[in-house]
Amino acid sequence: MNTGDLSTLLVWAAATAFTLALVAYAVDLARLADNAQRLPQAVPEREPVAVGASVAQASGPRAADSAVAGSSDEVAPGRSPRAEGIARSTTYLGIVLLAAAIVLRGVAAGRWPTANMYEFTLVGVLVATTVLAVVQRRRVIAFLGVVVMGIGVSALVLALESFFVKADAVRPALQNYWLVLHVGVAITATGVFTVAFAAAALQVLRESRETGRSRLARPWARADGVRQAFAGLAVTGPRFRWLEQVPGSRRLEALSFRLNAVAFVLWTLTLIGGAIWAEDAWGRYWNWDPKEVGTFIAWVLYAAYLHARTTRGWTGRRAAYLVFVGYAAVIANFTVVNLVVDGLHSYAF
Amino acid sequence: MSGYRPAGLEDSFAAPSADEQAPGSAAPPQLPSLGPVGWLRWAWRQLTSMRVALLLLMLLAVAAVPGTIYPQRAQDVAEVATYIADHPTSGPWLDRLGFFDVYSSVWFSAIYLMLFVSLVGCILPRTRVHLAAVRGRPPRTPRRLTRFPAQAAGSSSDTPEQVARAAAAAMRRGRYGLPFVRAYRVDVHDEGGGTWSAAGERGYLRETGNLVFHLALVGLLVSVAAGQMLHYRGQAIVVQGRGMANSVQAYDTFEKGSAFRPESLEPFTLTLDSFDAVFDPDSLEPRDFTAGVTVTDPDGTRVADTLKVNHPLERNGAKIYLQGNGYAPSVTVRDGTGDVAFAGAVPFLPQDEVYTSRGVVKVPDVAAGQDQIGLVGYLLPTAQEMAPGLWRSADPQPTDPLLVLSVWSGNLGLDTGVPQNVYELDEERMTQALEEDGTALTLYLRPGETVDLPDGLGSVTFDRLDRYVALDLRHDPALTAVLVFSLLAFAGLATSLFAPRRRLWVRAAPAADDAQDHGPGTGSTVVSAAGLARGDDVGLQPELDRVLAETLTPTRGSRTP
Repeated sequence: MNTGDLSTLLVWAAATAFTLALVAYAVDLARLADNAQRLPQAVPEREPVAVGASVAQASGPRAADSAVAGSSDEVAPGRSPRAEGIARSTTYLGIVLLAAAIVLRGVAAGRWPTANMYEFTLVGVLVATTVLAVVQRRRVIAFLGVVVMGIGVSALVLALESFFVKADAVRPALQNYWLVLHVGVAITATGVFTVAFAAAALQVLRESRETGRSRLARPWARADGVRQAFAGLAVTGPRFRWLEQVPGSRRLEALSFRLNAVAFVLWTLTLIGGAIWAEDAWGRYWNWDPKEVGTFIAWVLYAAYLHARTTRGWTGRRAAYLVFVGYAAVIANFTVVNLVVDGLHSYAF
Repeated sequence: MSGYRPAGLEDSFAAPSADEQAPGSAAPPQLPSLGPVGWLRWAWRQLTSMRVALLLLMLLAVAAVPGTIYPQRAQDVAEVATYIADHPTSGPWLDRLGFFDVYSSVWFSAIYLMLFVSLVGCILPRTRVHLAAVRGRPPRTPRRLTRFPAQAAGSSSDTPEQVARAAAAAMRRGRYGLPFVRAYRVDVHDEGGGTWSAAGERGYLRETGNLVFHLALVGLLVSVAAGQMLHYRGQAIVVQGRGMANSVQAYDTFEKGSAFRPESLEPFTLTLDSFDAVFDPDSLEPRDFTAGVTVTDPDGTRVADTLKVNHPLERNGAKIYLQGNGYAPSVTVRDGTGDVAFAGAVPFLPQDEVYTSRGVVKVPDVAAGQDQIGLVGYLLPTAQEMAPGLWRSADPQPTDPLLVLSVWSGNLGLDTGVPQNVYELDEERMTQALEEDGTALTLYLRPGETVDLPDGLGSVTFDRLDRYVALDLRHDPALTAVLVFSLLAFAGLATSLFAPRRRLWVRAAPAADDAQDHGPGTGSTVVSAAGLARGDDVGLQPELDRVLAETLTPTRGSRTP
């Protein structure tokens, strides 16, 4: 077996570890929902956990804030320490396996491993899972884990099945140290954006829960039948009671903002680095190449997000919607533009 | 005006003034009394408001999308023409609406120009306010400290004044206690009644970064526009052993900005001495292209240099890029009278990874009374016969080159006045030579071979196979400015997002029960502190706690001699 095959095998192993982590996070999440559902009725005496606070805490955003400020030793009721332990350790294991796979890939190709969609995906997942591990170093937020691992595992399997190319040297246009900087920074930004997106999604759900707002709660004039079919999924309903265990929406907003700010700065660096490289490789710093336009659109959307955060009437939930649009642009820029649109970046898959 | 802020900016730092209007009602409903100046002022205020800036940003993102969906003239004129031909109904309309020149269209330009006007209208007043703030003192300690997000309290046996001064020192010192670096700008204030307070503010850099970022964007736009006006760019094909001069006429295509002057072309000449291409033997992917060139300056000095992809050659600010390469077979065509009607290297355009190249040999200068000749076909660098009469190239390297040509005769149409593509044959006034069975006649030539043309048209000789390079020469005097402004914008952005901006206040008041005799060292002092940060700041509360702890710890003070 050569180095390249070993790398591929390690990617499969990492995908497996991440799948286990995904399952463990999901179990933790389900346990949260389950126990949150049971809690209001009767506090079971055999569970010697500090329960009293949690039910009352969910009432307002302020109370919820303080609930999260606590560290990990304050175990919230209903969480599953075993599932969280498994989730944590498999996440770490997957990160190590994936990192080894990427290093071996670079060795096999004899260059920095960020030259095609396959390698881009591997490194992007590595960054996203590492950021996840850092964010969760003190307290597991099962929902973040489920979203990031869900995206990560699908991306890895998609990369292995569809994007895979043999580890090889690159064509002259890519033979530049900017391959390390430009692409590396772009991947890192994408990974950080992924975790920020998960945090924003959780923020919106949590906020709906806090304010008791749900579109599924009020009747839909004509399509009320459709609404009733999905009524069980209302964010205010019992299925989403686990939301009361996650950090408050304001804290999640702050987390999402901090990650998005880091990623936005990296994205800016991607644009500038790309322009410098383009000046060397293509003879112009800006070509309005589809990939460049996609990167620019995502940049403008995240700039709009940063402005929305400080604009009256646009903070919180609406700003989070811009995160969704911006992340969609980032993902479309990676997938649709690479696979469908023809442009100067076309060799990058 | 005590402080400027764009309409709609949510900022805990700028306390809302009394005459602030309710959100969403920027225009007072007293329309008749507004007047033209009032309307202008209203429009300006709208344009520079946060909400409009946000709207324009989102609009810009949406407006940029069509450029990735529809082919753009700036990239590929031919593709646009094909698109319009394929969509006879929608094509012309899209063209009229600028969908094939999105990034120079009226609507796209309008959006980004409005955005920049909005930006300037917002940033300039903010810069003025910020400059004043940098010179000024931190804001007074507010009456009520309880409304701020970070709170702390304690008590001390020192006098209120001592406590306030200790707090000021703790703030000034900062967390890391760096010498000569003031962490906070501080102000100690006697509030009367024995109460003293210390106010501190840090993070002016945050606003500075924000302003630098936005101003750098303006600088970026201006320098890009300047570059557009002053730049020139030419493309030329140079065959091995030949040269080209840096003059407008020498380029196959030449584009220039509106302020370009031909004198700015430095008249050097460039000769292609060698060209090496390396391909991966298995995947046939290119691995390296190196062109050896000699540049001769106007004063006659000759410099040999190499040119590679990603490594342009610089000549007095102009850069020469290796943008493409291919094969140029040297052919000689004799007309029916046996005279040489054409001799030279003809660049063929590579069509695929194995350099199956397509080209046209146009022979207009035949003897009087004879038909002009056009030879259209392919060059296969390594020819391989797949089936009888079906050839393809198996390798990009010229191990066994073969020219496959079809023959046309008639009028090439070169004197019609319509510019022609050198790589296409205008077949309108030409007829193709056919075999006896009616199929198209095909000539196969290897280097050194000569084949007679049908119908007494003459003969064609494939002399040898040369390589050529496609060079791109570009000069943009604004390049340095573009880079500097980009990096400034980046630095400003990072500073504005990561430098914390905080205000801290510590108030020391005599305890209520012994308010009468608060002589030095006698009574106890009640200390309350609060902090405010711009945006989310996890470090605010710890910072406040540190300042309070250092204030109340007697060890550091100079109380006891």
